[in-house]
Amino acid sequence: MSANSAAAKPKKAVSRHEMSKFKWTLKEIKRNRAAYAMIAPFVLIFFIFTVLPVIVSIVLSFTDFNMLQTPHIVGVDNYITLFLDDDVFLIAVKNTFIFAAIVGPASYLISFISAWFINELPPKIRALVTLIFYSPSISGGAYLMWKIVFSGDSYGYANAILIDLGIISMPIQWFENADYVMPLCIVVALWTSLGTAFLSFIAGFQGVDHSLYEAGAVDGIKNRWQELWYVTLPTMRPQLMFGAIMSITQSFGFGAVVTALAGFPSVDYAAHTIMHHLDDYGSTRWEVGYASAIATVLFVIMYGANALVKKFLSKVGS
Amino acid sequence: MARKLRTRKHRVVLNRSRGGDVGIAIFLILMGAFLFLPMLYTILQSLKPLDELWMFPPRFYVISPTLKNFKDLYMLMSDSWVPFSRYIFNTVFISVAGTVGNLLFSSMCAYALAKIKFPGSKGIFKLIVASLMFHTTVSAIANYITLSTLRWIDTYLAIIIPAWGSTLGLYLMKQFMESSVNNAVLESARIDGAGEWRTFWTIAMPMVKPAWLTLIVYSFQHLWNAGTSIYIQSEQLKSFNYAVTQLVNDGISRQGASAASTVIMMMVPILVFVITQSNIIETMGSSGMKD
Repeated sequence: MSANSAAAKPKKAVSRHEMSKFKWTLKEIKRNRAAYAMIAPFVLIFFIFTVLPVIVSIVLSFTDFNMLQTPHIVGVDNYITLFLDDDVFLIAVKNTFIFAAIVGPASYLISFISAWFINELPPKIRALVTLIFYSPSISGGAYLMWKIVFSGDSYGYANAILIDLGIISMPIQWFENADYVMPLCIVVALWTSLGTAFLSFIAGFQGVDHSLYEAGAVDGIKNRWQELWYVTLPTMRPQLMFGAIMSITQSFGFGAVVTALAGFPSVDYAAHTIMHHLDDYGSTRWEVGYASAIATVLFVIMYGANALVKKFLSKVGS
Repeated sequence: MARKLRTRKHRVVLNRSRGGDVGIAIFLILMGAFLFLPMLYTILQSLKPLDELWMFPPRFYVISPTLKNFKDLYMLMSDSWVPFSRYIFNTVFISVAGTVGNLLFSSMCAYALAKIKFPGSKGIFKLIVASLMFHTTVSAIANYITLSTLRWIDTYLAIIIPAWGSTLGLYLMKQFMESSVNNAVLESARIDGAGEWRTFWTIAMPMVKPAWLTLIVYSFQHLWNAGTSIYIQSEQLKSFNYAVTQLVNDGISRQGASAASTVIMMMVPILVFVITQSNIIETMGSSGMKD
C-alpha cells in the first residue's frame, strides 16, 4: 500500500492526456477517497432498500416464490395469469389509470394555479394562505373526517343537507355504493394532494426576478396572462419538472387513503387499484412471485408516466 | 421603502385588471374553503359535547364547547392493553432516530455530489432522481424479504434504517447546496488546508440551514404520520398513529375521542411547518430539476 502510493506520487503532475482513461479514472477515484467515504453510508442504504427491491421484484416475478418453499422458475406464467385470467387485476389497472389520470394532472394544475394566485397576495397574507392550503397534505389521518361528513346514516353531514334540501329522501351509503365510492376517494385524494409540488411552485413564483417583469412590461406585456406565459413559465421550468414528478408519483400512492375510506375490498372492487392488488397478494396471501409481477407492472407504469411527462415538459417553451 | 416603490411601480406598469383580481379572490376563497373547512370541522367536532355530536340535523359549529373529548381520550388511552405512553414513545423514538440518521447521511452525500467532482457522481445522482419517480409501495414486499434476511422484522430497525436512505431530502439538500454554497469559499478553505470533511462540516453545513430544517421536517412528518407497517407485528412496537386509528375504528360512540385524537395528530406537523415555513420555501426555491 505504502509502496504503491509512493510510486504513484511522482505521477501526480502527469496530465490526463498522457494516461489511459482507465488509469486516469483509477487515479481520480483514489484522489477523491473522502467523497466516496461521504456518499458510502447513504448510497449503501439507498441500494439495499430502493434499488435492490426493483431488481428482486423483477427476478421474483418469473418464479412461484411463496416465502416457504424454494422458488421455481415459471417463465412469464405470472404475467399471463395477470393479464388473461385475473379479472380483478384488469379492474385494478382501469381504476389505477382513472385515479392517476385525474388526481395527478388535477393536483398539479390546482397546485400551480393556487401558487400563482397566492403569489399575487401581500407577503403576510401569503404565508397564512400557503399554510391553509398546505395543511391537509401533512395532517396525517385528518382525511378520515371525510368519512364522518359522508357517513352512511342521516347523521352524516352530506346526507343531512341533501335530505334537508329535499334532494334525497333516504340517506345514501356513500362509501358502500359502487357509483359514489371512486369519485369520493378522488375528491379526498385531491384534498390531501397540495404537497411538495405546491410548495415548490410557491417558491418558484417568489424566485422570479422582478426586473424580468419590468423588462417584459417595457416589451409590451399587457396583462398577467401574458406575463405568466412569456416571463414566469420559462423561468420556472425546473420547478414545473420537479412538481410534475412529485404529483405523478403521489397520484400512484393513495392506496392507503382509499383503503381507509372504502375498506378492503371495496364494494364491487369499485375502488380497487393495483396497489390494493399488490397488498392483497403480497402481504395477505404471500404469493410473492405473483405479487412481484404486479409490482413490476406498477413500477413500469409509474416510471413510464414520469418519463413521458418529463419528455413532454422539456419540449414546452424550447 | 425601495421595495414598496417597486411593487407600486410594478402594479401601475403591468395594469392588473380589476376583473382578474376578483377572479383570483373567488378562486382562492372557494379553494380555501374546500381545503380548510374539513380541518375546521375536525377541530369543532373535537370540542362538541355528546348531545351535540348526536344532534339531528348535524350542526357544523359548536354551541357549548368542552374539552371532555380530550379527557375521554386520555381515559381510553390509560385503559388500553398496551399503555399509550408506549405507542407515543415508539413514534417519537422512530421519528427522531430516523430523522437524525437521514439528516447526517443525506447531508454528507449531498455535499459530495454537489461540490466534489468524482467518477460516478453523476450516475448516482441520476439513480436518485429516478427513485423519486416511483412510489415506495412497489418495494414493500422485496424489502420484507431483505429485512427478514437481516432478521430486522419486528424491530425498530425495520423502520429506522430504510428511512436513512430516503431520497427526497437528499435531493432537496443537494440542489440547495449547489445553488447557495459558494465554490470560491470552499476553494479557499481547501487552500488553507482544510480537508473535505472539515470543509463540509464547518463551512458548507452552516450555510445550508434552511435545507437541513426542510429535511428534518419532511423526514419527521413522514415518520410521525406512519401508520401500520407489514414489518412490525408486536403490539408493543406499533405507532401512535396506528393506535389512534384503532380507537377511531373501534366504535361510533367514540366519535368525540377520535376527533380529539385526530386534532392532536394533525397539530404536531402543522405547528412544525408554521415554525419552519420560510426556511422550507427558501429550500424549495432551488428544488427545480434541470432535465
